[in-house]
Amino acid sequence: MESILHGVEGYMYPNEMELQWSVLIVLYPFITGLVAGAFILASLERVFRVESVKPTYRLALLTALAFLLVAPLPLQLHLGHPERSLEMYLTPHTASAMAMFGFVYLWYLMAVLVLEIWLDYRRDIVRLAQTATGPLRYLYRAMTLGSYDVSEEALRVDDRAGYVITLIGIPSAFLLHGYVGFIFGSVKANPWWSTPLMPIVFLFSAIVSGIATVMLLYMAATRLRQATIDMRCLDTIARYLFYAFIIDFSLEMLDLVHRIYEADESFHTLDFMVKTRLYLPHIVVQIVLGTLVPLGLLALTQLVNLTERARRGTYALAGVLTLVGIFAMRWNVVIGGQLFSKSFLGYTTYKMAFATREGLLPAVLLMILPFVILWALVRLLPPWTDGREAETAA
Amino acid sequence: MNRDRRDFLAQSTKLLFLTGAAQLGFEALLRGEPEAAPNYKTTDHWWGMIIDIEKCIGCGNCVRACKEENDVPREPYYFRTWVERYHVPDGDIERPQVDSPNGGYDGFPEKYRAGDGAKSFFVPKMCNHCAHSPCVQVCPVGATFESPDGVVLVDPTYCLGCRYCVQACPYGCRYIDPRTHTVDKCSLCYHRITKGLTTACCEACPTEARVLGDLKDPKDPIHEFLRTHKVQVLKPQMATGSKTYYNGLDGSVR
Repeated sequence: MESILHGVEGYMYPNEMELQWSVLIVLYPFITGLVAGAFILASLERVFRVESVKPTYRLALLTALAFLLVAPLPLQLHLGHPERSLEMYLTPHTASAMAMFGFVYLWYLMAVLVLEIWLDYRRDIVRLAQTATGPLRYLYRAMTLGSYDVSEEALRVDDRAGYVITLIGIPSAFLLHGYVGFIFGSVKANPWWSTPLMPIVFLFSAIVSGIATVMLLYMAATRLRQATIDMRCLDTIARYLFYAFIIDFSLEMLDLVHRIYEADESFHTLDFMVKTRLYLPHIVVQIVLGTLVPLGLLALTQLVNLTERARRGTYALAGVLTLVGIFAMRWNVVIGGQLFSKSFLGYTTYKMAFATREGLLPAVLLMILPFVILWALVRLLPPWTDGREAETAA
Repeated sequence: MNRDRRDFLAQSTKLLFLTGAAQLGFEALLRGEPEAAPNYKTTDHWWGMIIDIEKCIGCGNCVRACKEENDVPREPYYFRTWVERYHVPDGDIERPQVDSPNGGYDGFPEKYRAGDGAKSFFVPKMCNHCAHSPCVQVCPVGATFESPDGVVLVDPTYCLGCRYCVQACPYGCRYIDPRTHTVDKCSLCYHRITKGLTTACCEACPTEARVLGDLKDPKDPIHEFLRTHKVQVLKPQMATGSKTYYNGLDGSVR
């Protein structure tokens, strides 16, 4: 009882002492956000014909897939009865925002991402199925799904289908992450969450985090492969990151200003919370370090003529800070929304465990896992359009 | 002789059947399971609760009776019902002082002096059995539901333990049972009310501060009470269709 009461201030309803959603639920919107963002970056090239970002097209798709495969894991770990989670598919309660997650997820995974990646890689898969040796050969053969037709005509059909899927994919990506925002935004009992802006703030922050991730991965991978970075590509990605970030920041500020100006019944509680126990993660990390600084850095690259080296450094720093900021934003939404009592009379503290089912350790492992999957995917389906592929073509 | 034999057979048969029935009843009793209520029709009832703040003395009987009756974890911070003590200094209804030591389970130790320029009163809290429950709305599998007689119930064999309903309840009435990892809340003693009994908390209340009412029964005194008192529900702005009506509810209560 003493340990539970520690960190409680003012009055909480007795059942509120324990936080319901842990760091794993912070990971859930963070990871799905990266998926949606990476996909939208990929669709820039495909649908909006932004040719310069082409070198990251396939990498962005594989990144989206790697993260999407991990996205349901934190939820599964968090459930009291994970063995019953299939019930969400079998007997969904249609009035529940959460019940639709399984369907939105499956739709996005199977109908959009996997299909688009398959269509885009089909030529490579057929080639690899014929040239690879050992057990990999069987894997590639399976991945061809029995179709070895890589004639001009067939590839044109692939391309056309891929385009249509991307067209469907963009609203799907918006749906996937806007929907995650809706899960929080529709909880009227919680004033920190309950705002119609939530889905759209989630969406734009998702785009920002996804673009930043792919940008960083592209830079890191190019360095690891000892290839040269396509600066035109990098500059374009950074520019889109900047634009998306401005929209995201404006929306978040609109939410903040609106709350401060309206100052409804919950305002004193939330205001006090932001100025005390949420000060570090919200004001310092999310707004200053994770938003204003990277925005300033990206603005700098737009306004001042920097050398390529300086631009690369600036982009890398801005990208890392952006991800820190977006993670902090997810943290502040999920954890921050549970630190105050629904009586508006008290506050509690989130005490994160380490090596428990919902502790820091599984959270860290879950954040490493998508990179391991991505590594495997990149080995299996090389996304590079410069080096290795050019060699094979020659 | 014949008659005797017939009597004997009849008696034996009765005894045989009755013993069987008694045995079944005894087994049910041992299992702690309530027997079915064959004469209860869900469509004939619409349950609500009256809580009279003027009458509550903060003894905590209701909290203890509820935990006993419904096997609620004894550790603090798991409550199907609890009692809050409000202390409102001179009309400052935006900043009341509230406490609920162990949910009121052990009663309330003296804390405030009479005549300190403030008003003090007790507020029993429980599930409001809302007609438009946000908790029911969000459950992804329908494990929590509104029964046809207006009681919000949980099927623990179906609950995923996702805790979305805990987040959605504006009144803090739900908790995750640490033994089953499923959600739990006030069931309005459904096992009792379907057999014509009242809830454990109402039964244990010495001042009749809590009274169960059947809003579909025209003869239920709840109608008279609602007609003659100015009642309010908690957080009316949430529009949850709460059926727990408070008499004498102060504006400072949230």
